[in-house]
Amino acid sequence: MRIFFHIGRYFIMIKYTFSKFTKWSVLKKLIFQEIEDLILGSIGIVAFMSFLIGGVVAIQTALAIENPLLPGNLIGFATRQSVILEFAPTLISIIMAGKVGSFITSSIGTMRVTEQIDALEVMGINSFNYLIFPKIISLLLYPFLITLAMFLGILGGYIASVYAGFSTSFDFIQGIQLDFKVFHIIYTYIKTILFAFVLATIPSYHGFYMKGGALEVGKASNISFVWTSSVIIIINFIVTQLLLA
Amino acid sequence: MIEINKISKSFSSLKIIDEVSATFEKGKTNLIIGQSGSGKTVLMKCLLGLHDVDNGEILYDGKKFIKDDISKVSNLRKQMGMVFQGSALFDSMSVIDNIIFPLRMFSDKSDSEMLERAREVIERVDLKDVDNKFPSEISGGMKKRVAIARAIVLNPNYLFCDEPNSGLDPKTAIIIDKLIQEITVEYNITTIINTHDMNSVMEIGDKIIFLVDGKKIWEGNNKEILNTEDKLVNDFVYSSELFKKVKLSQKN
Repeated sequence: MRIFFHIGRYFIMIKYTFSKFTKWSVLKKLIFQEIEDLILGSIGIVAFMSFLIGGVVAIQTALAIENPLLPGNLIGFATRQSVILEFAPTLISIIMAGKVGSFITSSIGTMRVTEQIDALEVMGINSFNYLIFPKIISLLLYPFLITLAMFLGILGGYIASVYAGFSTSFDFIQGIQLDFKVFHIIYTYIKTILFAFVLATIPSYHGFYMKGGALEVGKASNISFVWTSSVIIIINFIVTQLLLA
Repeated sequence: MIEINKISKSFSSLKIIDEVSATFEKGKTNLIIGQSGSGKTVLMKCLLGLHDVDNGEILYDGKKFIKDDISKVSNLRKQMGMVFQGSALFDSMSVIDNIIFPLRMFSDKSDSEMLERAREVIERVDLKDVDNKFPSEISGGMKKRVAIARAIVLNPNYLFCDEPNSGLDPKTAIIIDKLIQEITVEYNITTIINTHDMNSVMEIGDKIIFLVDGKKIWEGNNKEILNTEDKLVNDFVYSSELFKKVKLSQKN
């Protein structure tokens, strides 16, 4: 039953986040700061992970295909489908739940523990809007990260399969062009926007309502990661059922 | 002036504040004293609207404080300054940005005007060469001064201080106490201070209320507290050897 209390309080938090707005000149600076922390600061890890995941997907597909009757462009095709539909949006989002989510929970949680949130409220500032709204807006750029992840994932697959001799360059490129459906990209971006909202709000919730001291900040970050990644998986399942099944 | 009439606050079944009434006067340092766990911080958070009271009413200069009236509360809060126990400075901002922050949020001043006002209060709290330092780079005493500067930068009508000298050495603690008292008189504001430090009580206790288990037991000033017959107050005041000796020397 406790879960309903948390779900209710989460939605109340969302309501307050979109009410009594902070002065635009202040909000603008906060949004740019969050873009730097959450988006630009994640480019490195997203690039590194996507490139290697794309390579592994291509190699595993190649190793699984032993039948000489199967077309050579299958490795490129399978890599593209896996990376675009699942690995780039979902796996990267789970990695981001660890990186960005923990950062959000611990930074807001530390503000709670050190009474900085109380200080905002005493000043008459809507702390929900001041702290959470800029995170939501900055994560609207999250599809940019996922686009990068898609591109680098396929590039990783290309390099791994061509330079390890599993496929020719021609076959791989033909594979990634084969039976291309624009709707798959739309489906991915719909998922990505939903994941971005989850990445901004669930870690904020856990930071905002945490109680205790430094140890509890760590625990809250841990719980936040579990919940954020779980909700991402659930949304992934629902959206896939609704749009692709 | 702030008046509270029979306010009560419970958490679950535990009563933390029990029908406390008091008047906190303008231009005076009003102290809420009591042992740890006596309900001082909860009472202050009720006054600030950070906790909802279960019963009773809070009046700011005769006007009832209703937490649900968001626009009124918001306007009232712009007239409040607060010095938190741990200073509650924003870690991500430099000292000068911390002080300018309330101006940036609530005034239409230009950057140069805000900077000028910030420099005025920095000078008032006697801070030097710390403008561009971050809270983690300055001492506890300096943090309190920055917190006081931030609290008074908007010329508030009400100043709240939660144990402002905790964690400070005795000399710095007295300097901070005196600074708060001077600002209270200079700006003619209603200042409420939570403390259990008897040095503060003796130095700046213009008006004192004494809490035990959430109930107001005694009310007076720093002269009257030394001569009260109330046993609970005496147990608190004369718990240290220093004050026992003071009393003994007074008798002799």
